[in-house]
Amino acid sequence: MNARLRTTIVAATCLIVSLNASIILLRNIDRIRPGEIAEDELYINSPKMVKRASLGFDGLMACIYWTRAVQYFGHRHYQREYSYNELAPLLEITTALDPQLMPAYHFGASFLAPAPPNGAGQPDRAIRLMEYGIQQNPDNWRLYYDLGFVYYTELRDFKKAGEVFARGSRVPNAHPFLKVLAADMAEHAQDFSTARLLWSAAYESSQDTNIRQNAVEHLRAIQVEEDVTNLQNAVSRFVERNGRIPTSLWEVASAEHLRGVPVDPDGIPYELSIDGQVLVANPDNFPFITKGTPPGYKPGMPTFHTKR
Amino acid sequence: MSGRIVHIAFNTFREAVRDRVLYNLIAFALLLSGAAIFVGQISIEIERLVVVNLGLTAVSLFGVVIAIFIGIGLVSKEIEKRTLYTVLSRPVRRWEFIVGKFFGLAGTLVVNTFFMAIGVFGALLYVAHKFSGPDSLIFVALYFIVLQFLIICSLALLFSSFSSPLLSAVFAFSLFVIGSFADDLRGFATLTSGITRWIATGAAYLVPNFSALNIVSAVAHQQPIAGQLVLQNTLYALFYTAMALSGAVLIFERRNLK
Repeated sequence: MNARLRTTIVAATCLIVSLNASIILLRNIDRIRPGEIAEDELYINSPKMVKRASLGFDGLMACIYWTRAVQYFGHRHYQREYSYNELAPLLEITTALDPQLMPAYHFGASFLAPAPPNGAGQPDRAIRLMEYGIQQNPDNWRLYYDLGFVYYTELRDFKKAGEVFARGSRVPNAHPFLKVLAADMAEHAQDFSTARLLWSAAYESSQDTNIRQNAVEHLRAIQVEEDVTNLQNAVSRFVERNGRIPTSLWEVASAEHLRGVPVDPDGIPYELSIDGQVLVANPDNFPFITKGTPPGYKPGMPTFHTKR
Repeated sequence: MSGRIVHIAFNTFREAVRDRVLYNLIAFALLLSGAAIFVGQISIEIERLVVVNLGLTAVSLFGVVIAIFIGIGLVSKEIEKRTLYTVLSRPVRRWEFIVGKFFGLAGTLVVNTFFMAIGVFGALLYVAHKFSGPDSLIFVALYFIVLQFLIICSLALLFSSFSSPLLSAVFAFSLFVIGSFADDLRGFATLTSGITRWIATGAAYLVPNFSALNIVSAVAHQQPIAGQLVLQNTLYALFYTAMALSGAVLIFERRNLK
């Protein structure tokens, strides 16, 4: 073996060993200081500053910030975190860098508005984001729809929701359902049928798999909530008539002349607790329900269904 | 006369290729293919936007770096290696040398941009599965990027004609950064008054306006580009390049090479 080959072999071995050692050491260091890496920190939170620092390449920076926002939300959502302090600034920077980046508005509002752990619980920031989006893209009817949605679902401000849907319906090429929604907000805002119409519209008007899955989950939740409300009313009537809590939903069903115990969208019969509360057998299958869950129930990670 | 410029330009191009300048295409290909594959997995609904934004930004940045780092050495390296004396001892005028060097570097960047454009369209086809009419706007964005390169090449040559490579790089890169803020500089000028306003306005018009040549975001969103903008930007870039090259020729003609 000549000297040159020997040097090559020694140097190559040294390189590989050093590389592996540095990786192993870095992993050990990460274990010693957990949480340091995923620090919830935004070093530059001024949209104008980031725009200037991008040297004109603001389109690419917007894509990077949008990806950061998605990753930030996804990570915290997966960990069932309740604080999303940097989400709104990330979305504001993204849209300041590229005011035409529609996914940042559509998804941003649905990340920001819902209460934790499904969202950041910041409907006011979601509204500000959407109003900025409308200001920048006044002819995009979907933005009005998304804003009205936030007013309807999170703030229960049906008057405002109706106004926004009406504004959106006047945009050229607006989807006809905006007019229907605007009218429904005035008269039947609290009806299950209105909620069903809203989520059906969300399902029909989008080709995005995530949006459609989310709409399906909400439609399933509306079905459950309507069933639980009706069954709970039936239980109350039974108590009024008989002066006692029914022993099972079979008893309620026969008193109400139903064919059997109603079933949830998965085909599983509803249950009755000993104190007369109507419950869903598997609440984890319906991540957005607010009724039919046992006391103290904490929702797990949502499992999404693709079919309505 | 034109034959001599062509010879110098061709040799400059050949030298750049020998210096492995086109190796940056490998990095570019890896960057784009990586982005096209992975962004769809970690983000939402921006696959096409990322390919267009990242592709055009990379074409621009790679080109700017090549233009600066090759441009600054075009004259000084020839002096350092004493090859300039061999060239100028032949019937070659100094201005022909400068103009030939400029065309050589510009040609290198055009070839580089051509291959990168193939990469951008390839990645676009991968994520979108087909081309649509507005995708042709990418050609306009690429054309504007090439116009930027012409300006930067001429500036790098201008600085190279009287300064050291290191200082030339600093000057050229600083002008690129300031040129990206040209619109802000003009906005600042309107906020001031008196002599400050004159100086700020003068500076705003003197530095190259790269923001006018940057239409990457508009193209990514498939917004139409006005024909007038293409025409005016072309004329602007050509006049600015001619101005910087004239400056380089003026300085180099009077430079003492002994």
